Amino acid sequence: MTEMRWDLAPGDRPTIPVSEQKASSGFLVYTLGLLLAAILTVTSFWVANTSVIWAPGVPAGLAVLAIAQMGVHLVFFLHITTGPDSSHNVLALAFGVLIVFLVLAGSLVIMANLNENMMVHSEMMNLQMQH
Amino acid sequence: MNVAVEMDAVRQGELLDISEAGPAPKRVIAGFGFWIFLLSDIVMFSALFASYAVLVKATAGGPTAAQLFDQHNAAMETAFLLLSSYACGLMSLAVNSRYHLGIFFGAVVTFLLGAAFLNLELREFQGMIAVGAVPQRSAFLSAFFTLVGCHGLHVAVGLAWLVLMMVQLSLRGFQDVVVRRLHCFSLFWHALDIIWVLIFTVVYLMGVLP
Repeated sequence: MTEMRWDLAPGDRPTIPVSEQKASSGFLVYTLGLLLAAILTVTSFWVANTSVIWAPGVPAGLAVLAIAQMGVHLVFFLHITTGPDSSHNVLALAFGVLIVFLVLAGSLVIMANLNENMMVHSEMMNLQMQH
Repeated sequence: MNVAVEMDAVRQGELLDISEAGPAPKRVIAGFGFWIFLLSDIVMFSALFASYAVLVKATAGGPTAAQLFDQHNAAMETAFLLLSSYACGLMSLAVNSRYHLGIFFGAVVTFLLGAAFLNLELREFQGMIAVGAVPQRSAFLSAFFTLVGCHGLHVAVGLAWLVLMMVQLSLRGFQDVVVRRLHCFSLFWHALDIIWVLIFTVVYLMGVLP
């Protein structure tokens, strides 16, 4: 029973009556989420400004930190779980992530390719980009 | 005795397999529908992100990202929005336990932090416009104002929605429909924070890397 506590769909009420829940359990989840998100945010700002890390690796590090923080938000704030009430939400999320990936990666790849193949001189490229 | 047995039966019913449990309760369906809307909103933002990433170098001789953006300001905005999201989460806990004072306090804190975020963002926009970095200046600035302005617009709409929900709650009490709307609001507010995570990473941190 206790393991079911967080298997809730977004916007769902707890399956356990409120009176039986420990009053602090939901509070702990949100606080843990806040702490993790704060740590990831601070790390992001540190990574962007430090000279300790090899410079070409910084964007990849920032991307990983951002994705981790989005995961923290989804689990601790939006309560996306693997619970039975939440399976449709997870499927919809997976579809959404697919579309977002296609839009982002597709646009970036196509535009980079266009720049590379259609602009011979770098000054031409600048002209094209200055619309 | 009888009541206890019934309670047990109800609880078993909630733990049934998804194919045996019958139609989902309305609160689950409403949450799912709103989740679909949020995902479509995120897909729209992904298009704005893609256009920003493509156009970030197209400054047309105007001010560049590194000259315009202030990381200190972005960090403050991030802190305000994250704490606002946290307060909103605590507010939804108070809604679950029908705790009036907690809801009122959570809503006020959520609203004030959201308003502080919006205030900082508008000041940043004003400062940029004052130095000639208007949306018409370059494709980069058009993409920036569209992306960040669209997020700011969502935050403004969310603040208006929060005020409306507080009015509804005080007029109608804890009706099922009001509680559902409050949960939808907290989903909306958390989703805005997720989008802001991407904005501060892509625009304010990656954009100013040498």
